[in-house]
Amino acid sequence: MGVILSVENIVKIYPNGVIANRGVSVEVEENTIHAIVGENGAGKTTLMKVIFGIEKPQEGKIYYKGKEIHIRNPLDAIKIGIGMVHQHLMLAPDLTVSENLVLGSEPLKGKFFLDTQKAIEITKEVSKNYGLDVPAEKKIKDLPIGIKQRVEILKALFRNAELLILDEPTSVLTPQETEVLFKTLKELKKHGKTIIFISHKLKEVKEIADKVTVMRDGKVVATKDAKDLTEHDIAYLMVGREISFERIPPPKRIGEPLLTVRNLSYVNEESVEVLKNISFEVRAGEILGIAGVEGNGQTELVEILTGLREATTGEVLIKGENILGLSPRKIREKKVSHIPEDRMKNGVADKATLEENFIVDRYYKSPFSKGAKLDWKYIQDYSNKLIKDFNVLASSPKATVSSLSGGNIQKVVVARELSSNPMVLIADQPTRGIDVGSEELVHNLLMKARDEGSAVFLVSADLDEVLKLSTRIVVIYNGEIVARFNEVDGLTGKDLGPYMLGIKREE
Amino acid sequence: MEKFVLKYFNLIRTIIAIAIGIIISIFVIYVISKNPGFSLKSFLLGPFLSKSRFGNLIETASPIIFCGLAISIPFQAEQFNIGAEGALFIGAAIGTAFAVSTNMPMIIHIPLVLLVAGLVGAFWGFIPGILKAKWNASELVASLMLNYVAYFLGLYIINYHFRDKAAGYLVSYQLPKTAWLSQFVPGTRIHWGIVIAFIFAILVYFFLYHTTLGYEIRMTGFNLHFSRYGGINVFKVIIISQVIGGFIAGIAGMTEVMGIHRRFNWQMSPGYGWDGVVVAIIGRNHPISIIFASLFLAYLRVGGQVLNLLSDIPSEMVTVIEAIIILLITAEAFLEQWRYRITVKEAERKEVEHEPAS
Repeated sequence: MGVILSVENIVKIYPNGVIANRGVSVEVEENTIHAIVGENGAGKTTLMKVIFGIEKPQEGKIYYKGKEIHIRNPLDAIKIGIGMVHQHLMLAPDLTVSENLVLGSEPLKGKFFLDTQKAIEITKEVSKNYGLDVPAEKKIKDLPIGIKQRVEILKALFRNAELLILDEPTSVLTPQETEVLFKTLKELKKHGKTIIFISHKLKEVKEIADKVTVMRDGKVVATKDAKDLTEHDIAYLMVGREISFERIPPPKRIGEPLLTVRNLSYVNEESVEVLKNISFEVRAGEILGIAGVEGNGQTELVEILTGLREATTGEVLIKGENILGLSPRKIREKKVSHIPEDRMKNGVADKATLEENFIVDRYYKSPFSKGAKLDWKYIQDYSNKLIKDFNVLASSPKATVSSLSGGNIQKVVVARELSSNPMVLIADQPTRGIDVGSEELVHNLLMKARDEGSAVFLVSADLDEVLKLSTRIVVIYNGEIVARFNEVDGLTGKDLGPYMLGIKREE
Repeated sequence: MEKFVLKYFNLIRTIIAIAIGIIISIFVIYVISKNPGFSLKSFLLGPFLSKSRFGNLIETASPIIFCGLAISIPFQAEQFNIGAEGALFIGAAIGTAFAVSTNMPMIIHIPLVLLVAGLVGAFWGFIPGILKAKWNASELVASLMLNYVAYFLGLYIINYHFRDKAAGYLVSYQLPKTAWLSQFVPGTRIHWGIVIAFIFAILVYFFLYHTTLGYEIRMTGFNLHFSRYGGINVFKVIIISQVIGGFIAGIAGMTEVMGIHRRFNWQMSPGYGWDGVVVAIIGRNHPISIIFASLFLAYLRVGGQVLNLLSDIPSEMVTVIEAIIILLITAEAFLEQWRYRITVKEAERKEVEHEPAS
């Protein structure tokens, strides 16, 4: 087996000064599944973007099939046989599967019109060749995410991709869907394709990959045969130290319900019933985890709990008091904190300084301000303390948030939300896209909040996280709670999967 | 060196933009003028060569500073309200009407007239504010349209109800002396308006950076979702930012009437509101930078007048130069490649020296 792709000494520095790749060299052998693993921020995605022509490196060379190539944009990459399936799928939701597949090289009827029939035939043919079933005539938006991903893969194959890059393909899939994807990848390997598979989930890497390249801090730390590495080895290489995967110790004392949701329903502007008759409670000293594939109503639920969206019917009680209809500030004053799903949208003002970000929920109170005047001296001391206590890597409280890494930005959010000593903490994707070190810190902080008597409501698309942290788990599917697990010991992702997919539901 | 450039990048970029603009204008003057050396001197040095011209510069800067501040406050809240021109016009018209209809000691009259003009302007800012907050109507369109309403309503008030028929041309009655802002530099028309403008700049600075409401305005401008999430009443903030902006714009026109003409004599909208947009953009909405931007714009204006007066170059040229400079300053990507290269160098240096990333 020869080497199909080799990159040498790639250096990529972004306009904000972040060095994403510090001299990366990797060789990918033909007809293998090559996993590239590393924490978020290790430089995996940047490397792929360089290979696919989305980012231009400052230094380095790329060889494809032995020849040096200069890829200026994705079209160049596609032309020579490289295909990429992005983490966030790039499909037109209102077009059908076959229309998406042929987009950019459509069969024409006459000079201007798309030959729909031909497009469907092409789709069926490609899908038969590789044994990947897709509903050619259905619209993308009506399909589950696993099928959409399959369409993206087919799209690359239709453009004669020899080398297929998949950027964290399993991050949006349930365990069952992941299994199907892996079958697909093995099938493609049989057809002679080469696959680069990016992930930070060790189990998967071990299961599917022939070769593993581990990246850390913009560098390659090792490239080895997968069979020579254990999960533990990979984790150690990724992080550079030992980390635990164990479930956190159970709570010591569980108290009265602090957050109670009763018969909550929400119909959105398009008259879609997004939440249906949701009821649950979170007690002092416990973490209630909500598992579910993203987009099943979790975002709306959290927004309603925090006053950012109005519910249609139902009740939300904080310590017995209904908070529906109250403003976000009134709800925060009832000691509710909120770690938002999208930290860049809600969690921070990235062009503002750290100290300005720390005080957004408390600037109007003493001692942060006296009357209408802000006490910047106090705020600065206070911010310095938060930076220290929460281990935020920043040059000063006057630095802008945009100068920080993702993990440190999340620490800023978590520092603010936990330093107000919340009674109820709503943590929505609290560790999304951050490094393992920061993730561990956030997990410990959530556990600490729990043990200090907060009621923690955890929403996460990462099943391992839900299983690791939760005292109890509910599963949401299509806006409904379809299962409740009061005992989490021994529970695995496979037990939750069928509920998350809507295949099973509790009576 | 790299560190220095990165720290002061915006300032350096502005200076380079101005330099390029001036080089282009020098080139144009050489092409058009029969006596380019003299024309160039008139344009670049003219404003400083006599007391009265320097006076002109300060007089011109004064309403522009006000309008720049007026525009910068909604801009800081990311509200594109360009209604300063209308607020200025209607504020001055109604303020004039109030001034000529009342009679009181100077110590009360001056502040009261300014207050009336400011409140009228504030109301003018309130309308697009509430439309935006309640119904998400574009404040850009609303404030633009209101400029016409202000213009014709102002003319109606002055020309039909407060016109001085004895004056022989379309102006209001003269303000009573108790409502005059005195001119305090002999040989110029520099009046107390410029002092009030400086005071306002300091007040606006303090307001934006040291008060809770100023904080709310800036955070809303940085990220509306974040502010709402944090508990800030963003609807209130959107309205208030435009009300305060309108208030300052209302005062802008009134000081001009009280300090220079002592009558309302505008039959055309004076355009300071638009200059305000320009200096707010050049000064990146910072009150102190706005003072410098206004002085610079006034310098170009007066230089243009001198050029027009003494040489064979039409004043339209100056408008062209002004536009080129502003285009260069506002082009965010201008010199961005240069900044990127320096950033890369700096990052590589730190990498070698093992300094932590800042």
